[in-house]
Amino acid sequence: MTATTRRRALAAAAAGAALAASPFRINVLRAQEGPIRVGFPVPLTGPYATEAQNQVRAAEVAIAEFNESGGLNGRRAELLPRDDRLNPGEAATRTLELIERERVNFIVGSLSASVQLAVNNVTKARRVIFNSISQSDAINEASDWSPYTFHEALNPHMTAGAVGRYVFSRFGKRVVFLTADYAYGHEMVRGFQRAGAPLGIQVLADIRHPIGQTDFSTLLPRIQALRPDLLIAINFGRDQQITMRQATDFGLKRSMKIVAPVLLYSARVAAGPQAFEGVVGGTSYYWRLEDTVPSAKAFNDKFRRMHNGAVPTDYGALGYGGVRTLLEACRLAGSTDTDKVIEAMRSLRYDYYKGPQYYRRCDHQSVQSVLIVESKSRDMKDENDVFNIVHIEEPNEANLRTCAELGHAG
Amino acid sequence: MGTLGFDLLALQLFAGVALGAIYVLLAIGLSLIFGMLTVVNFAHGAFFMFGAYAGVFLAARGASFWASLIAVPLIVGAFGLLVERFLIRPLYGRGIDYPLLLTFGLAYMMVEGIRIAFGTLGLPFDTPESLQGATDIGIGFFPTYRLFVIGATAAILLGLWLFLERTRYGLIIRAGARDPQIVRVLGVDVSRVWLLVFGLGTGIAGLAGLLAAPLQGVSPEMGGPVLAEAFVVTVVGGMGSLLGAVVAGLLVGVTVALTSLFVPEMAKVSIFALMAVVLLVRPQGLFGRPGLLS
Repeated sequence: MTATTRRRALAAAAAGAALAASPFRINVLRAQEGPIRVGFPVPLTGPYATEAQNQVRAAEVAIAEFNESGGLNGRRAELLPRDDRLNPGEAATRTLELIERERVNFIVGSLSASVQLAVNNVTKARRVIFNSISQSDAINEASDWSPYTFHEALNPHMTAGAVGRYVFSRFGKRVVFLTADYAYGHEMVRGFQRAGAPLGIQVLADIRHPIGQTDFSTLLPRIQALRPDLLIAINFGRDQQITMRQATDFGLKRSMKIVAPVLLYSARVAAGPQAFEGVVGGTSYYWRLEDTVPSAKAFNDKFRRMHNGAVPTDYGALGYGGVRTLLEACRLAGSTDTDKVIEAMRSLRYDYYKGPQYYRRCDHQSVQSVLIVESKSRDMKDENDVFNIVHIEEPNEANLRTCAELGHAG
Repeated sequence: MGTLGFDLLALQLFAGVALGAIYVLLAIGLSLIFGMLTVVNFAHGAFFMFGAYAGVFLAARGASFWASLIAVPLIVGAFGLLVERFLIRPLYGRGIDYPLLLTFGLAYMMVEGIRIAFGTLGLPFDTPESLQGATDIGIGFFPTYRLFVIGATAAILLGLWLFLERTRYGLIIRAGARDPQIVRVLGVDVSRVWLLVFGLGTGIAGLAGLLAAPLQGVSPEMGGPVLAEAFVVTVVGGMGSLLGAVVAGLLVGVTVALTSLFVPEMAKVSIFALMAVVLLVRPQGLFGRPGLLS
């Protein structure tokens, strides 16, 4: 989700690979006794610190719940959060430390596409299970994937597909993309085009902007002049907040629907109701799901009890899901042995916080629902009530890229 | 590009000029402090961010946007006075990199301080009600608030020009910038002049932050890109030249606008390309005096 140089990611990957191949490599004996240790690298400092802290809090809920219900035959679980500073190199180093020095049993975490690929390179080489909780298409692909790789989060293909199917049929087919010029943006555009092709969408322009742009005023007159039905703004964090605010100022909402494939709770809170009013987008979780889904209600209540009445964010909830699936798999396997836990994970059919989910066998992608939400500025129950859930696309393997397309055998 | 009509091109150029006005606003505080004190203020972006947060703080206590327009530059400028008096002053005469490194570190501390006080998540900042919406400018609709920012920038520039060129104090400041030693010999307390200039420059940076808040919201990191943009404008215009900052700001705005129309992904690079070209032709910038850095 954030910009990092390809070179850095490659360097991190190379460092991981070199360490793994080193003749001095000490065979890591992960404890089969004592506490179950879960390493949790997330960007605890920097622009996404609030989001990362929510991930940690939600993961703490999963840990507490596991321990209170007896652990694994009395073995308790421990969470070891580390700051990856949103940097692939840093994340690879922290992950290596967690594995080598802290002897963690599993790694869960990350909040950015490039960071999770760097972590995955390390865990792959060290044969440690990694459950990634942020969006990426590449992590599913055979070239990056390994049997130790699980992906609890949605990926851009699933998200863009669900959002596209919803908006193209309702708001029109003439589309302008405003895209942050990096892997995440390109993956999303590809996802929208795949979903839109059978519906006959017409792409009027795909405007790419550099990451970290603070002013979009020079892009908006052209978008206005193209008169699309839909403006799909594919950017993230502050770029997204500024886009929405300035598009509102320029009056774009009067003539087109604005769509954000990933519409996050924290972004909406940071930018305020005015900027996001009426914007439609996709998300993996929104706390108001509790109105219809009992497991969401149970999770929210536990979160509120542990964290002074606060609600979990979308990425936060993934922190819970990512840790809980691993701990439940340990119970199912009756062990923390990596191969046994992998088998147990693959057999899980779970509903822990958002309705039914399972990991697809070929790429360990969690097949799950996608929520379509619309930002609101009126009729808010309280300050946390920022979206209406307008549609839920139920879990369906047909909405994922096929195993063959990703390069997997079966 | 089939829809490229005259109106769009005209509106695009206007958007460029409007953006240029914002760049000018960002750059003048930096340019003023450099021109008068030869201090490269790397905390300029942090003062900008501080101004925006001061606005948030005041708004939460019921102050109107208009009251904040007066109060914020005073608050940020007062902080700037303290910084000059206790941090920058001991470093005068030690070479240009000393205050540069100091302000670089100060910026980190200010950003962390704001994170501790206001949290790491950004905060919303609504456009004042009377300036919301768009206004018809003949070639299309343009956000009213952006028109207001152009006006505000012009007013600040006019005020600054009158102060520097038409008042006794301004005369002393300009003389102090040219030859501090002679000014000191004439019985003027130069350190007080420098204190005032630093307060003025940081106050304008804070005001720019407040004016930018309704355009982009408020976050602890908002000063980062501003520093880079303000530097480009200052360098293109000539370090220390106010006229240069104005011309360069508008030039950068129009460059961004035209690149955005044809190759939007190059918009960010284009301003650095502009800077490189200008520096190749005129190393001191468009209106700069040569040798200011030596």
